[in-house]
Amino acid sequence: MNTRLDATMPFGNTHNKLKMNYTAEQEYPDLSQHNNHMAKVLTPEMYANLRDKETPSGFTVDDVIQTGVDNPGHPFIMTVGCVAGDEETYEVFKELLDPVIEDRHGGYKPSDKHKTDLNAENLQGGDDLDPNYVLSSRVRTGRSIRGFCLPPHCSRGERRAIENLSIEGLSSLDGDLKGKYYALKNMTEEEQQQLIDDHFLFDKPVSPLLLASGMARDWPDGRGIWHNDNKTFLVWVNEEDHLRVISMQKGGNMREVFNRFCTGLTKIEGLFKEKGHEFMWNEHLGYVLTCPSNLGTGLRAGVHVKLPNVSKNEKFGEILKKLRLQKRGTGGVDTAAVGGVFDISNADRLGFSEVELVQMVVDGVNLLIEMEKRLEGGQSIDDLMPEQK
Amino acid sequence: MASSFSRILSSKRNVGILSLVGAGSLTVGLLLNREQHVSAGAPVRRVYPASAEYPDLRKHNNCMASHLTPAVYAKLCDKATPNGYTLDQAIQTGVDNPGHPFIKTVGMVAGDEESYEVFADIFDPVIVERHNGYDPRTMKHPTDLDASKIRSGQFDEKYVLSSRVRTGRSIRGLSLPPACTRAERREVERVVVNALGGLQGDLSGKYYSLTDMSEKDQQQLIDDHFLFDKPVSPLLTCAGMARDWPDARGIWHNNEKTFLVWINEEDHTRVISMEKGGNMKRVFERFCRGLQEVERLIQEKGWEFMWNENLGYILTCPSNLGTGLRAGVHINLPRLSKDARFAKILDNLRLQKRGTGGVDTAAVGSTFDISNLDRLGQSEVHLVQTLIDGVNFLIECEKRLEKGQDIKIPAPISMRFVCCVF
Repeated sequence: MNTRLDATMPFGNTHNKLKMNYTAEQEYPDLSQHNNHMAKVLTPEMYANLRDKETPSGFTVDDVIQTGVDNPGHPFIMTVGCVAGDEETYEVFKELLDPVIEDRHGGYKPSDKHKTDLNAENLQGGDDLDPNYVLSSRVRTGRSIRGFCLPPHCSRGERRAIENLSIEGLSSLDGDLKGKYYALKNMTEEEQQQLIDDHFLFDKPVSPLLLASGMARDWPDGRGIWHNDNKTFLVWVNEEDHLRVISMQKGGNMREVFNRFCTGLTKIEGLFKEKGHEFMWNEHLGYVLTCPSNLGTGLRAGVHVKLPNVSKNEKFGEILKKLRLQKRGTGGVDTAAVGGVFDISNADRLGFSEVELVQMVVDGVNLLIEMEKRLEGGQSIDDLMPEQK
Repeated sequence: MASSFSRILSSKRNVGILSLVGAGSLTVGLLLNREQHVSAGAPVRRVYPASAEYPDLRKHNNCMASHLTPAVYAKLCDKATPNGYTLDQAIQTGVDNPGHPFIKTVGMVAGDEESYEVFADIFDPVIVERHNGYDPRTMKHPTDLDASKIRSGQFDEKYVLSSRVRTGRSIRGLSLPPACTRAERREVERVVVNALGGLQGDLSGKYYSLTDMSEKDQQQLIDDHFLFDKPVSPLLTCAGMARDWPDARGIWHNNEKTFLVWINEEDHTRVISMEKGGNMKRVFERFCRGLQEVERLIQEKGWEFMWNENLGYILTCPSNLGTGLRAGVHINLPRLSKDARFAKILDNLRLQKRGTGGVDTAAVGSTFDISNLDRLGQSEVHLVQTLIDGVNFLIECEKRLEKGQDIKIPAPISMRFVCCVF
């Protein structure tokens, strides 16, 4: 257990020593109105065990849980309520994070191993999702650079170093991946408008879930967007994670999207390695990201798909659950569907490989489209009901 | 009493007794004065040099950005207060909020009393700029809560609708809202609520904790315009003062609803005396009496307010140092407010106008919130007298305009600060 108590943090509860003047009971947060994974798990005893610990960079349990304390949650939606400040957070605070992970990721145990598979060849089909229904296809994930603190905790110097490394790495991409970096703070009005029109530009977070964790500090310093000239491969730098990597295109060729995704990621990883850097990864948690909900693959593969009839069917929710899929509005998380068009994506992140998750989306969306066609024709979909995956 | 507090308390008892020896209405701060150097906490661990960490302030317009040169940053960035508060934390709100071309915000906060000492190289020039040349390195701030010195404190109620005086107080030995731990914040609540429970007569009242408020109490407090909300201003949230909301936050008010204390909002306490009508003298009398009573009650338990002879009362935001006092009225000035000379008149009288919703609101109709501009370098009595004299002048202007007579812009009030004699 690392005891570098001289380390101090740039944000929030720096005073680990000061807190130790008070008892654990005096410091324990009031979670009586709370409904998030952290609040379900953090007993006073657990808090007492963890409160004198710090990661090597000085991240404490109070830093981990601040967002969950400040955002009691929603009676229907279960948020995670904790974040990591560095790779070591998941080890130092495993007493808290393991049960959170288990609850969030469908029973994933501390002893379980996660499979990584970024070989797009292993995907079956996926190149012909019906374009009459599927408007666009997209795959995203995140990556963290080992040795650097994560967005809730990093200093300006670290964040800038991450940006510089990313720019260097991405500038070496060629062929259909060749592109350009747009730093948020130097963007021209024209560039900004173009990025908005392309739906690429990300804004300073407004969600209190993100703000309370400290990831919006020093905005827009060190933040930017890189995309290829074809506008089918996009990287966000220093938003909620070090890197968010997105492959997307109009239409239903998910296979091509996933192919580009895997190729691009593998190339980027290679470029970082050439400079002596690697991604945060281990065989238990897979890729390590800021929010425990994004561990494993960090992958969300999804389509915008027209399902006006299926979505009105009373069994829609059940079908999605069986297919291990999730629906969102076309504005992304926390938005509503417009005109029967839904964002359908994989619900899981950890415990399944990238190929497995994209396969679930491909197979599931194909089935949903079949159901939609049946219902259009006034026919029943009872025989199409899937088994639980 | 929990044993972890006994060590802190026993030292406070000694200080408490000694400070009672001080005469009159002055509170003598013994722990901290500019001659002593506060020993900084353990140095901050840095992976990157100061130049790599220096914030990009090119688009910024706040007092911090005006004075935080790379050299000052480099000098201070590896220091911490004894509690562990760092420069990066102090300036975070100013980095995150570049400011407005017309409104110059302060751009930094203190996490504890020692911040003002350990980071004096940035706080001092910010204070000089914000407080019109008051230099904490060479000047003394006068504290005077003797309300009997006030003259002509009853306004014409044809114009003045309400009168109010507010300030803040911090409890020495506990970190300030940007930095406090949950236990410290709860301790502030406990200490203050305990003291308020000792108030009697017209000051006796009740505490409403934000965490346990009933719907009915909440509605009543809203109707009385007493309830404060979780801050939404990014100036405050970026400084970390809204953490753990609403834990240990609350509102106390007397039964007559003329004396109100906010606990753990932007400061440890905000103390407000108010009433409808124009009797500012009575409002200020109650203000002083209430403050002195509360101070006496906390001292009985071995606590005291943060204060020193150069900065006066220590509060979270440097803009509130000194008296932390804003005395103001809601006043109808239908003719004067439309006169082109209105702004200049206010300026020369050292007054400020706001809308009746408070800071950053617009006036409704021709009713304004008029209050003193200054906080530091003049005593409470002096500032309230200045406000009274100014408001009376404004009323005179309004009356003259009513009669079709002309008005004159008054000569600017001169500001003199008291310099230290070495």
